[in-house]
Amino acid sequence: MAEDIKLMKGNEAVAHAAIRYGVDGYFGYPITPQSEILETLTLEKPWETTGMVVLQAESEVAAINMVYGGAGTGKRVMTSSSSPGISLKQEGISYIAGAELPCLIVNVMRGGPGLGTIQPSQADYFQTVKGGGHGDYRLITLAPYSVQEMADFVGLGFELAFKYSNPVIMLADGIIGQMMEKVILPPFHTRKTEAEIIAESPWATQGKTAGRKPNVITSLELDPAKMEENNIRFQAKYKKITENEVRYEEFQCDDAEYLLIAFGSSARICQKVVENARNEGIKLGLLRPITLWPFPSEIISDYASRVKGMLSVELNAGQMVEDVRLAVNGKVKVEHFGRLGGIVFTPDEILEAFKQKIY
Amino acid sequence: MELCDIIKPENLVYKKPELMNDNPMHYCPGCSHGVIHKLIAEVIEEMGMKEKTIGVSPVGCAVFAYNYLDIDWQEAAHGRAPAIATAIKRLNPGKMVFTYQGDGDLAAIGTAETIHAANRGENIVIVFVNNAIYGMTGGQMAPTTLEGMATSTTPYGRDIALNGHPLKISNLLAQLEGTGLVTRQSVQNPAAVRKAKKMLRKAFENSMMGKGTSVVEFVSTCSSGWKMTPAQSNKWMEENMFPAYPLGDLKNVD
Repeated sequence: MAEDIKLMKGNEAVAHAAIRYGVDGYFGYPITPQSEILETLTLEKPWETTGMVVLQAESEVAAINMVYGGAGTGKRVMTSSSSPGISLKQEGISYIAGAELPCLIVNVMRGGPGLGTIQPSQADYFQTVKGGGHGDYRLITLAPYSVQEMADFVGLGFELAFKYSNPVIMLADGIIGQMMEKVILPPFHTRKTEAEIIAESPWATQGKTAGRKPNVITSLELDPAKMEENNIRFQAKYKKITENEVRYEEFQCDDAEYLLIAFGSSARICQKVVENARNEGIKLGLLRPITLWPFPSEIISDYASRVKGMLSVELNAGQMVEDVRLAVNGKVKVEHFGRLGGIVFTPDEILEAFKQKIY
Repeated sequence: MELCDIIKPENLVYKKPELMNDNPMHYCPGCSHGVIHKLIAEVIEEMGMKEKTIGVSPVGCAVFAYNYLDIDWQEAAHGRAPAIATAIKRLNPGKMVFTYQGDGDLAAIGTAETIHAANRGENIVIVFVNNAIYGMTGGQMAPTTLEGMATSTTPYGRDIALNGHPLKISNLLAQLEGTGLVTRQSVQNPAAVRKAKKMLRKAFENSMMGKGTSVVEFVSTCSSGWKMTPAQSNKWMEENMFPAYPLGDLKNVD
């Protein structure tokens, strides 16, 4: 069968992929630069084809709680937003993590803090991988760097969410969300039947049938001894995810004497920087974390014994660089270069910063 | 006559609904929650819907509602129950879905979720327990606290100039085109209980017939929060709450 190649925006690719992966429900609220996700879904009317529910909620707060409700019934449900809206969702995300529900959240980041700007940014790294909501929880964080990955990570996101009963967040940015490029959309998957859902997720609130105990979706446990047990179970799960689900990509790293570390659209720009540097005879490589949590600490630690320095290139004031430094643990020099508030760096200024700070 | 001669099916005049389990209830003596729980259990059972019902419990005194009724439940964040119920029902239209919420949950922090779920006409039942106080956190002012009523955060009585007016949110919900049934009931005596059960049943039936959002408000007591005996609470409710929140149907579309 011929591949289904389309030209579209990253946001549109998320919408089409959601329909094709057999997602049961999408709940969202408009915010730039990701409104095309909801717009594309309502234009496609998947409720008439796959039976997917698409609902514009009254707020981001309502949308994430709809995700909680839908996920609690064992359905594949998702939401999307951009930075200020993701801040509003944090309460719900913490509850979803605490109730161990699978779901997909998409953040197409824009510049902050506050209302900020609608231009692209990567300043929600801390919020995403270090917490955001209250309590000791982790989000599996996937960072796409192409329209293709925005489509693919819908499928991967749900696969990981259900494998670990944990929320997954796709951390994109305004560049990837808005730019158009070629994408191969996934084939159509049928949505799961009620019987399949009950078999896959026996904890789901599908109605208490005779012979089983009531299913209760909750994050509440007033007995601190039991609450500690719950937390220990979460941490054991996070350890397993850290051991099994680290993903990254190496670009011209084999003979590299220096490394750039960058994710998402920054990594896209850094590929050009590597090319330009090598034209000047500088042996520069790029390591692109695909999962920001779990973070590829081990491979970065390995490189720390082989290269002379690393530059963490981010559209923020220096967030991921902290995790790079923890992985490197002082073995080589690690610096950060970023642009802030919606400004995107050029390859030339990154190379210049590399020469000044590391080379 | 021996005891065993009396305990026979034909002599049974009253029994606990099967859906109510034996977990000791945490509610205070005189509290309306226990009776309302029982009515919900009876209605679900009598409709033959116990395998198809999903409840959404609130943050408030009824936070542990899921400990008492043997059905599937989801525990909501404070105020968010109508959003959660929206998705449960939309994704599982064959299920019977209800929220159980107090006045602070429904009419303060969850006002947006309540109004918009009702305005969309979600086919869910909203059980609204209005006792004019935050019971669980120790008796603070609620949006429905009466003018002049003392609470731990209005120790000199609710001052309208400072705290605004008691929110008659059911009247507001009755104005929305998405609601099919909005009724205000109470459970302080057998006659009231019987009437309330009839309307609760209608609410659940409406939710399965696609008649939009059904809201059943229970004007209720909070003996602990009000610092009264259960008997005094019932009397105080009749004398003070009922004039502010008159019982009866605010909307009943057939």
